[in-house]
Amino acid sequence: MALLQIAEPGQSAMPHKHRLAVGIDLGTTNSLVATVRNGIAVCLTDEQGRALLPSLVHYRDNDIELGFDAMNARVSDPRNTIVSVKRFMGRGLADVAHIEAMPYIFEETPGMLRLRTAQGSKSPVEISAEILRVLRKRAEASLGGELTGAVVTVPAYFDDAQRQATRDAARLAGLHVLRLLNEPTAAAVAYGLDNTSEGVYAVFDLGGGTFDLSILKLTRGVFEVLATNGDTALGGDDFDHRLYCWALDHARIAPPSAEDARRLQMAARAVKELLTVSEEAPFRLRLDSGEEVDLTVTRTDFFEMTRPLVQKTLVPVKRALRDAGLSPRDVKGVVMVGGATRMPHIQRTVAEYFGQEPLTNLDPDKVVALGAAMQANALAGNRREDDQWLLLDVIPLSLGLETMGGLSEKIIPRNATLPVARAQEFTTFKDGQTAMSFHIVQGERELVSDCRSLARFELRGIPPMAAGAARIRVTFQVDADGLLSVSALETSTGVEASIHVKPSYGLTDDEIAAMLRSGLENADGDQAARALREQRVEAERILEACTQALAADGDLLDEAERTAIDALIARLRKLTAGHDAATLSEGVNTLSRATEDFAARRMNRTLRSALTGHNIDEL
Amino acid sequence: MSVDLSLDYFALFGLPYRFRLDEEALDRAWHALQAEVHPDRHAHLPDSGQRGAIAGALRVNEAYAVLKKPVTRARCLLELAGVSQDAVNARVPSPECLFEQLEWREAVEEARKANDIDALEQFALRLQIQTDGIITYLAEQLDGRRDLEGAADTVQRLTFIDKLRLEIDNALAAFDNYN
Repeated sequence: MALLQIAEPGQSAMPHKHRLAVGIDLGTTNSLVATVRNGIAVCLTDEQGRALLPSLVHYRDNDIELGFDAMNARVSDPRNTIVSVKRFMGRGLADVAHIEAMPYIFEETPGMLRLRTAQGSKSPVEISAEILRVLRKRAEASLGGELTGAVVTVPAYFDDAQRQATRDAARLAGLHVLRLLNEPTAAAVAYGLDNTSEGVYAVFDLGGGTFDLSILKLTRGVFEVLATNGDTALGGDDFDHRLYCWALDHARIAPPSAEDARRLQMAARAVKELLTVSEEAPFRLRLDSGEEVDLTVTRTDFFEMTRPLVQKTLVPVKRALRDAGLSPRDVKGVVMVGGATRMPHIQRTVAEYFGQEPLTNLDPDKVVALGAAMQANALAGNRREDDQWLLLDVIPLSLGLETMGGLSEKIIPRNATLPVARAQEFTTFKDGQTAMSFHIVQGERELVSDCRSLARFELRGIPPMAAGAARIRVTFQVDADGLLSVSALETSTGVEASIHVKPSYGLTDDEIAAMLRSGLENADGDQAARALREQRVEAERILEACTQALAADGDLLDEAERTAIDALIARLRKLTAGHDAATLSEGVNTLSRATEDFAARRMNRTLRSALTGHNIDEL
Repeated sequence: MSVDLSLDYFALFGLPYRFRLDEEALDRAWHALQAEVHPDRHAHLPDSGQRGAIAGALRVNEAYAVLKKPVTRARCLLELAGVSQDAVNARVPSPECLFEQLEWREAVEEARKANDIDALEQFALRLQIQTDGIITYLAEQLDGRRDLEGAADTVQRLTFIDKLRLEIDNALAAFDNYN
């Protein structure tokens, strides 16, 4: 594969060329896009100067309303106005809490649930893509050009299915995903803990619908996640829901219509927010049914009714600390992230548990997007080599295989540093057996039925042998995005067995392709032109990198090898001027393949010099 | 494509072939290597190239995980000295060792059934102290006397204990679910 990746790590081959890269926080309640401008991370705003984009999508008969424009539709057309879609990402119906209080028409489909809207059946991936598309356009308008790529954040405790769904949504929105970045890690970067601080920090991230707790160790510009834990179904929405239930109880009203339920939920959120600054708040509204709600909520009432939720946040805190082998006293600082951490009783509980006041000096709504922008800037190659940091993140939940009796055998343990791969050997139990099936699950529980089913796959093409003679080595690999891939090899014969992975949740590549074809991107103009543009960017990248690699380490090639590569470079240059995306893509792949071996040699040289050179002392 | 696979983990990290570990040196070498091979450093390059670059990062992380944990580090040293993993696993434990295992297992099972969190935590602590002692002894066997056979027995004993600790951890984690 292409060489280039090895040479000047993190440095652009053309340092003067600034690449347009953004960080996107795709939140349950609000979403943001940020970028690094003149060395400073800033959130990009809409025409009215607003940074937050409410994560709301309203499907009308012929068009879509989004963000602030869809606010009113929450009450006037609740069924077609999707709020908190993040809670549905990579989830089936049975996984979603309080579904009875939601106004939508759900469809249970294999894999992820879907929602029936005025524009037909929509998956959470498609709905999220609408939000991402608006943010992409905002960024392109603001930065004046096409984006090189984006870092999209996800809750650290998102499993493989939820991560896949997020990445699919970004691809559907026309974004090149540089990395899926864990939200607490992004926040740590934004806090600029790298230069000024060393030691162990905890990031307490309570968003609209998800909760994460990450423990990070900072040393010499390295952010190492020691452990992460969380609850992907716990957030500010649940506090709203408690208030909503409390109001239904106390106002003695008939079961509300979908419209009235939405009204009550919005009132509950307003009350919650008011209680952050005031000792009591009125819960007062007139319903469509003619009924009146006229209540007063005190802080004490609110704290009392939500105490179990606050206590629930401490469970992941304790688990993460135990996994990291630390006690609360070992933590030097606690960073608060997410709008829900504004609630005074959350701050007090955290302060009591860790024995110190938490850090709240950055806007908890923006800190994740800002950190993502900084990482996007680094990943795009815009930073100088002497101004780099390194993020070493982990897999949040163990990966396992189903074994006899419905038990999960752990293959990759939680909190393993990414990327990580583990191989396991299996054998056949029947003479002449040519296929085997596997079931991959994610989670900590012993029973497969208590874990999340990620994929089932069949291994085919095993050479027929006596029972127990075949040695099948299955490798599970989780990349830096936290996404799983599987490969298999019959080791006694060297036959590569083919694997068909059928995701239990998430979309297959074919489904994504079909969605893209179905004209969702029509608004962006000609598909073919876009494909060509993308291929040109890709071709330019590889040409640029090749030239640089040859200049730096050309001595690793003999004359024949050099001539062959030079010829392919010249060919690709010519293709770049043409108009055929397919041929161009083929040219890119050919050059990439032809330079794989060169890349391997360069990698070895780099690794050796990393240890024999001065790098260790410098770090 | 891959990192130089002929380098063993100790050589890759530039560490001496010893069981006693300078943890700071391990972390420093890990960070230095990852600074070169981590996929984030290559994200601005074509997709095709990134897939190749990941092999180096995988190898470095695998080495780090093995070197960091005493049991796997010891197994790695034994393997380099010609005592294979299979040979370690095939050692026949002494009756005392087996008896100790049985006793511990019963104690954990009892505490688990009685939902006795305190007892489990106490037991985990005792096991930790026991482990610390065994590790000191193992260091003497590997770095001092070069008693490879004895070290293989000790490694096997540590492997048992590790499994037991995992079970205790799982049991404790299950309790948290119902808090």
